[in-house]
Amino acid sequence: MNYIVNIGKYFQMLGQVFSKPERFKVYYTRTMNEIVTIGVNSLAIVAILSVFMGAVIALQTASNMDSPLLPKYTIGYITRSSTILEFSPTIISLILAGKVGSNIASEIGTMRVTEQIDALEIMGVNSRSFLILPKIVAAMSFFPFLIIISMGLSLLGGYASVVYSGLSSHEEFVFGIRSFFKTSDIVYALVKTVCFAFIIVSVSSYFGYFTKGGALDVGKSSTQAVVWSSIVILLANFVLTQLILL
Amino acid sequence: MIEVKNVNKSFGENHVLHDFNAKFEAGQVNLIIGQSGQGKSVLAKCIVGLLEVDSGSVLYDGRDFSQMNRKERKEIRKEIGMLFQGSALFDSLTVEENIMFPLKMFTQQSKKEMQKRADFCLERVNLSGRNKLLPAECSGGMKKRIAIARAISMNPKYLFCDEPNSGLDPSTSIVIDNLIKEITYEYNINTVVITHDMNSVIEVGDHIVFIHTGRNWWSGTKEEIIKTDNKEINDFVYASSFMKELKEKLIS
Repeated sequence: MNYIVNIGKYFQMLGQVFSKPERFKVYYTRTMNEIVTIGVNSLAIVAILSVFMGAVIALQTASNMDSPLLPKYTIGYITRSSTILEFSPTIISLILAGKVGSNIASEIGTMRVTEQIDALEIMGVNSRSFLILPKIVAAMSFFPFLIIISMGLSLLGGYASVVYSGLSSHEEFVFGIRSFFKTSDIVYALVKTVCFAFIIVSVSSYFGYFTKGGALDVGKSSTQAVVWSSIVILLANFVLTQLILL
Repeated sequence: MIEVKNVNKSFGENHVLHDFNAKFEAGQVNLIIGQSGQGKSVLAKCIVGLLEVDSGSVLYDGRDFSQMNRKERKEIRKEIGMLFQGSALFDSLTVEENIMFPLKMFTQQSKKEMQKRADFCLERVNLSGRNKLLPAECSGGMKKRIAIARAISMNPKYLFCDEPNSGLDPSTSIVIDNLIKEITYEYNINTVVITHDMNSVIEVGDHIVFIHTGRNWWSGTKEEIIKTDNKEINDFVYASSFMKELKEKLIS
């Protein structure tokens, strides 16, 4: 019963998030600031994770290729496919759910328990829209760039790990990366990313916005935000894959 | 004038406000006093619309808040200023930006005009030159004064103060009380202060409403509250030995 109530409250909140902004200029400035906070500040963690993720995918693929019938370019091909189709959009989004989601939930939760949200409401500001909409727009517009960077760095990591360790040659790996390439795979990955960005911000904002109590409850909201946005990302990943790929 | 008519508010089984009635006139400091847990803050939140009333109505100069749509409520909220218990300043904004925030959201003023207004409001609360400080760099008393400056930046008709003296030392409390009083008279604001600080009652109270068990138990002036023989009020007002001594002196 509680789940249904929460889902209802979540959609009610979204209804108010997407109402007309009071002052477009203020929302624009806030969106730009959020792009820096949510997006640009996540570049370092995304870059580090992506390089090592690609390196491990390539190494594991190489170590599992026992049959001499399999061509060496398979390493590059599998690294590219896994990275573009699944690892970059989904795993990086799950990591971002941890980093960005907890940040959003604790920021909005603290504003709730210190009455800053009440202060906004008293002034006549639509607090849901003012606090959440710029974050949603920022994440949905910047996360695709992060994922494209992640894809590139992941392939670079894979290349470095197998080429410099002698498991594959430069030509074979690059040939593998370019083999059977479909542009629609990138589109699929970016569509997923935009959906995941929306899920991360909206679910985390929901838990932050409806925080009750004090500092301890802000911590709880933050944890719930990460857990639930991760679960919803995994469910959405399954549904989107069914809808787009099959 | 703010009129509270037969307001009821419950949270599940907990009936907090029972047919609450009160009137708060403009140009005077109206106090809502009572022990903790009697419904003071719930009443204040119902009046400003942060909580929906179960039944009854709140009228701002005859305009029924509970009957208003979202747009009308938004408009009336521009006439309301509120000082929160914890000041509720926006952490990420400087003192000046906090004061300019409502102006930025709801007026067409240029940046220069907004800065001029912010300077005026800061001067009014004796904090000139503190424009660029962050709330984290300010003391509790300063935060309250900045919150007052923000509350008056839009020239409100109604000012609500939720426990303005909580967490402040006695001398700073007097400064805040006097500031609220001066601003109320100067701009003819309808001020409603929620407090359980008896010094504030003596210092600034023009009209006092005593709330007990969620009901308007008693209302009158500060002179009347000192003389009343109502048991609940006496238990509240003369709880401290200082106040008991004061009463004995007054009687004698």
